[in-house]
Amino acid sequence: MYLDKLFSIEDALKEIKSNHTLMVGGFGLVGSPLSIIEHLTRHDISGLTVISNNVGEAGEGLGILLRQGKIKKAIGSYFTSNRDVAKYYNEGKLEIELLPQGTLSEAIRSGGAGLGGFYTKTAVGTDLARGKETKEINGETYLLQEGLKADVAIIKAWKADRLGNLVYYKTARNFNPNMATAANYVIAEVDEIVDVGELDPDEIATPHLFVDAIVKSELILMKDGVKSIGK
Amino acid sequence: MGNKRELIAKRAADELEPYSFVNLGIGIPTLVANYIDDGLYTLHTENGLLGVTSVEEKDIDPLIVNAGKLPVGEALGASYFSSADSFAMIRGGHIDVAILGALQIDSRGRIANWAIPGKDIIGVGGAMDLLEGAKKIIITTNHVANDGRPKLVDECTFPITSERVAETIITDLAVFKWQGDNYELVELMGDSTIEEVQANTTAFYTISNELLQEGKV
Repeated sequence: MYLDKLFSIEDALKEIKSNHTLMVGGFGLVGSPLSIIEHLTRHDISGLTVISNNVGEAGEGLGILLRQGKIKKAIGSYFTSNRDVAKYYNEGKLEIELLPQGTLSEAIRSGGAGLGGFYTKTAVGTDLARGKETKEINGETYLLQEGLKADVAIIKAWKADRLGNLVYYKTARNFNPNMATAANYVIAEVDEIVDVGELDPDEIATPHLFVDAIVKSELILMKDGVKSIGK
Repeated sequence: MGNKRELIAKRAADELEPYSFVNLGIGIPTLVANYIDDGLYTLHTENGLLGVTSVEEKDIDPLIVNAGKLPVGEALGASYFSSADSFAMIRGGHIDVAILGALQIDSRGRIANWAIPGKDIIGVGGAMDLLEGAKKIIITTNHVANDGRPKLVDECTFPITSERVAETIITDLAVFKWQGDNYELVELMGDSTIEEVQANTTAFYTISNELLQEGKV
């Protein structure tokens, strides 16, 4: 029969170890795997390098892991909205690697597509070009950006079948499909799990070969904040 | 003061060609949406939606947001896509216009809008990609900073966002267009005067023949 990839969150989390590089989907809290992150807060891990557009918000989502001192380094594009990031950075408790958002998303896509990197014109001549190799192509200057990969990616989708085929919802898609391709082990948190064959093959955005585990969400983002939906 | 921002946004909307693909930044640029017809323009947001429209409070879906993480609506014909695809649209030259805010604009047409010296540099978002990839850049901003200092300066003292020239600048005092080597003052906004513009601008610019002929100078 089919390989059933449905796991409890705790079982799936056994793949995440101290000093791992972790990709975390989401644009702020939208499309972020909030339930997996909440379970991670109860685990004794540290030294994580997190690749994510933001570090959640202050005290929410990944912001909780930051306050717990579990994150050593953050690679992302916009940390401004979580004011804890500047504080931890200034106290020497957090390293930051800032990338333009398009460079970040393409670096993740490249990592997942087996590419060593790519050249982009974005950030040429700016402070974010410092230390980066340049190349002239057709008379224009480009910067080399290496691809990004992770030990584990934790992502959020709307629906999955038990094989791990994924369907996303609205702007909660964002970085998730790209991150699904770029880690050694991929855990997808989903709101709905259906039997194999119930998803229209044409609507599947992430084919199941990219996904190692699916877990059922326990927390979801509602109009008035993050709510528990029970188990 | 809200009126100044609305005036700038309304003027920026007049710059848009029908059927163009437009990305709106945070702040005054977001207000431009109030002055354009949904059917005539397609709004793009870099977090993965083409076809942004406004949303009524009762219809808010927390999982439909713009790049400022504010709730938005889904226009007819809208589509969703990944962040990498969204930035392929931007860098690949498929977005006609980006309307952005700025901290500084200089005589060489460069803008600074992502970092302030002496403050923590911890966010850039999509600003550099938009400046690199959008076919046309419109900057909407108050003419001077909150402390009264000019924003149109000879050379940016804040870190620049791109070496690329921003073609059009719209402030509460004036409209400037890039003319190959420098900005040209082409229009005075509302009841502003050339003296006000001169007193509050340290960037180099020329004045259009039309304004000179109208005797406003």
